Amino acid sequence: MNGSAGPGEQVRALVGLHLALERRTGEALLVVAPFGAVALLLLPMAVGTDIPLLRQVGPGFYWLVVLLFGVMLTVRHTAEDGPGAQALLAQCGVDPVARAVARVVADAVLLLAFQLVLAPVAVALYDPRIPGWPWLFAVLPLVAIGLAALGALAGAVSSGAPGRALLGPLLVLPLAVPLLLGATQVIEAARYARAPWPWLLLMGLAELLALLATLLTAPSLEETE
Amino acid sequence: MPELCAPTGRASGPEGGPVATLESVHATIAGTPVLRGVDLRLHAGEVVGLLGPNGSGKSTLLKVLAGMLRPVGGTCRVLGVDVGADGATGRAGRARVRTSITLIGHQPALYPQLELGENLRLVARLTGRDEAHAESALEAVGLAAARHRRADRCSHGMLRRADLARALLTEPQLLLLDEAHAGLDRDSVHLVQVLTDQVRARSGACVLVSHERDQLGPLVDRAVELVDGAPVPVAVVTT
Repeated sequence: MNGSAGPGEQVRALVGLHLALERRTGEALLVVAPFGAVALLLLPMAVGTDIPLLRQVGPGFYWLVVLLFGVMLTVRHTAEDGPGAQALLAQCGVDPVARAVARVVADAVLLLAFQLVLAPVAVALYDPRIPGWPWLFAVLPLVAIGLAALGALAGAVSSGAPGRALLGPLLVLPLAVPLLLGATQVIEAARYARAPWPWLLLMGLAELLALLATLLTAPSLEETE
Repeated sequence: MPELCAPTGRASGPEGGPVATLESVHATIAGTPVLRGVDLRLHAGEVVGLLGPNGSGKSTLLKVLAGMLRPVGGTCRVLGVDVGADGATGRAGRARVRTSITLIGHQPALYPQLELGENLRLVARLTGRDEAHAESALEAVGLAAARHRRADRCSHGMLRRADLARALLTEPQLLLLDEAHAGLDRDSVHLVQVLTDQVRARSGACVLVSHERDQLGPLVDRAVELVDGAPVPVAVVTT
C-alpha cells in the first residue's frame, strides 16, 4: 500500500497552501481588513470628539471589531471547501488532525496580521493610554489562536449544512465571549496597573478547550462532510 | 480483428488475488438507495469496464471503492481493508487505503486557484514524493508548457489530463476512472491506455466507467453493466 507524508510535513504543506491562497485571493487582508477599519471609525462618528470616552471604550470596541470580523475571516468559504480540493486532500491521505492543525495555524497567522493592521487605526482614532501595552504581545496571539480554533471547529461542524454562512458565525460568537472578555479585561488591568493573570488564564483555558474540541472531533467530522 | 470478450464474469489477473471484493453492497445518496446488492470482484492486473445509464449508480460505486462513501450494507474490501467498517478503526483503514487509490471523477481533484504545477507539487508533498516527479508527470501528459496556468483557467480537457498526471504521480494500486473518455481527444485517450498498463504492471486493477460500450472495448478485459443498482456481465468488443 502506498504511503503518505508524515503529519508534520502535511501540516507544513497545508499551511503554506493556505497562505499562498491568501496571497493570491487577498480574502482576509484585502477584503475583510478595510471593512474592519471602517467599523472602527463608526464609534468616533457616533460619539464625536469626546476624547475621554473614546479612550475609555476604544479598546473594548477594537476587540469587538476583531471578534466580529475575525469570525467572518475564520468561517469564510475557502478554496479547501470546494469538491475538487476535498477530493485531492482525501486521496492524498491527509490526516484530518493535520488538516485541522494546518487550518488553525494558517488562520491564526492571518488573524494576527488582521489585528496588527487594525491596531494602528485604533490607536489613531481612540488615542488609548495603556501603560501596560506590552501585555498586548500575549493577548494578540491568544485571541488569534482562540478564534482560529473556534473557526475551524465551527467550519467543520457546519460544513455541508444549508445555512453554513449563518451557522458558522452563530456557533463561534458565543464561544468567543471568554476571549473578548479576557482581552478587554487584560487591557483594563494593564491600564490600572493590576495583574492581568486571571484574565490571561481564562483566555488560555478557553482556547485550550477550543483546540482540544477541534482536534478530537476532526476525524469524525471530516467523515460526515 | 476485433475479439469478443465473453461475459463470463471471469476475474483472474496475473497474480490471481482480488484487489477489491464487494459482497451484497448497498449504498445510498441522501437517503435514496442507489446500489442494491452489488457483488463484484476486481482481480490483480484486471481492467473492468463499468457501463450503465445515467443515475444507475456507476459514480456511486466508484466512490464506495475509493473509500469516499461508506456503504450502508454488505462488505467492501479494498486492498485488504474493509472500507465500510465503523469507528476509528474503519476511518483509519479508509484513510490508509485511499493513498493507494486514484479516483478521477467528473470534477477534477485540483485546487482551482493553484497553477497546474503547484497542484501536482502539492500532491507530491502530501504523499511524500519527490516534487520533481510532479514536473515529470505533467510532461508525460503534455502539460509541461501549461504548468504555470491556474487550474480555473484551463479547459476541461487540460484538467482531465492534469488529473491523469496526478494518477501517474501517485502510482495507485486501484485506478477508478469515471467517464473515461470525457473531455479527452484521441491522443489523450492513449494516456488512459498507458495508465491502465502501468496499473496492470503493478498488479493493481482499474475500473473504467463509460456510456459507450464500443469506446471501452479496447481498454478493458471485461465489462459489467449496472442495472437497477446491481451489476450484470455484458459483452464488449476488444481489439
